[in-house]
Amino acid sequence: MPEEITKLIHKYLRHDKKFPHVWCPGCGNGIVLGSLIRAIDKIGLSKDDIVMASGIGCSGRMPVYVDFNTLHTTHGRALTFATGIKLAKPSLNVITVMGDGDATAIGGNHFIHAARRNLDLTAIIINNQIYGMTGGQFSPTTPYGSVATTSTWGHIEHAFSIADLAVTAGAAFVARGTVYHVQMLDEVIEKAIRKRGFAVVEVMSNCHVQFGRRNQMGDPVTMLKWFKESAVPAEKAAGMGHDEMKGRFTIGILADEEKPVYTEQYGKIRERAVAAAAEELKK
Amino acid sequence: MSNTEDKVPEKTSGPVKGKKVFEHIIFKDWCKSCGICAAFCPRNVIGRDEQGAPVFERPHDCIGCRFCELHCPDFAITIKEKSGEG
Repeated sequence: MPEEITKLIHKYLRHDKKFPHVWCPGCGNGIVLGSLIRAIDKIGLSKDDIVMASGIGCSGRMPVYVDFNTLHTTHGRALTFATGIKLAKPSLNVITVMGDGDATAIGGNHFIHAARRNLDLTAIIINNQIYGMTGGQFSPTTPYGSVATTSTWGHIEHAFSIADLAVTAGAAFVARGTVYHVQMLDEVIEKAIRKRGFAVVEVMSNCHVQFGRRNQMGDPVTMLKWFKESAVPAEKAAGMGHDEMKGRFTIGILADEEKPVYTEQYGKIRERAVAAAAEELKK
Repeated sequence: MSNTEDKVPEKTSGPVKGKKVFEHIIFKDWCKSCGICAAFCPRNVIGRDEQGAPVFERPHDCIGCRFCELHCPDFAITIKEKSGEG
């Protein structure tokens, strides 16, 4: 552990922006931002070699505060902008930060196809199980039975598992963490950034203001305790039955495999096409 | 305070010979008094004032785990290890 973690984080912040940041007291977004900065610092990447793109929502504010190349894009389209950047300049490390609604509802198609193509991007999805910024409407990850402003009688839809969706869609690296298990979160984010291929980190985060307050978890401490109690490490979860896992979720690395990376394959095709065209001209 | 139940019993706080000593800095301008640091401190070092803001009440009990520093969403806590004291 480095000396003075906070001092390290301040090195990467844009101090000309308005601080304290816009998020509510105790919001997990700040914890995720800290984790992301520590991971980047550990890898030793230069600020100029990082592009951070976000969509819309509370998580969309994250790139505003950090001193990288940043983009605050349209709703659900963080991955599409990131794809363009990565293809234009493959040497850059492109990281996208999205919320659960941003990534799996509005940008759901972009998400599954970015995973299928195995683009060399890092996608950090902050899952707070609700649309926080717009007023607490249910999102694709709102659990069955819970209360949101648009499901005052209890939610009748079933929730997505973002990490499972990413695995099925073909992402090369998939991990899940929580804002309580910060040291583990630092590690998985670091691995995700280092990974060649599409790397997804789903972070279970707290929106105690919109989600917690309506579901008997009205403060950040209660929600963090809930993460502590319901998170099961992947190795342990493998030996647990379906009933035992009810209301709980796995954390840790859920998928990690090597497969051809889109950007590299694309580069090779381009070289072959250029060579073929040169050959054609000679004739 | 509802979050103080399952905690270690209060200890008398004073310097202990040979034990590491830590300096605790709270950047009050950025702190939003969310209470995460006080609730999860394993040694009950952090208390809260009337406004809910954290106060390092028993600094000598601090073991330097840095849970508070890592979990502060507002980057408002710094824990420094003091050298040559204790």
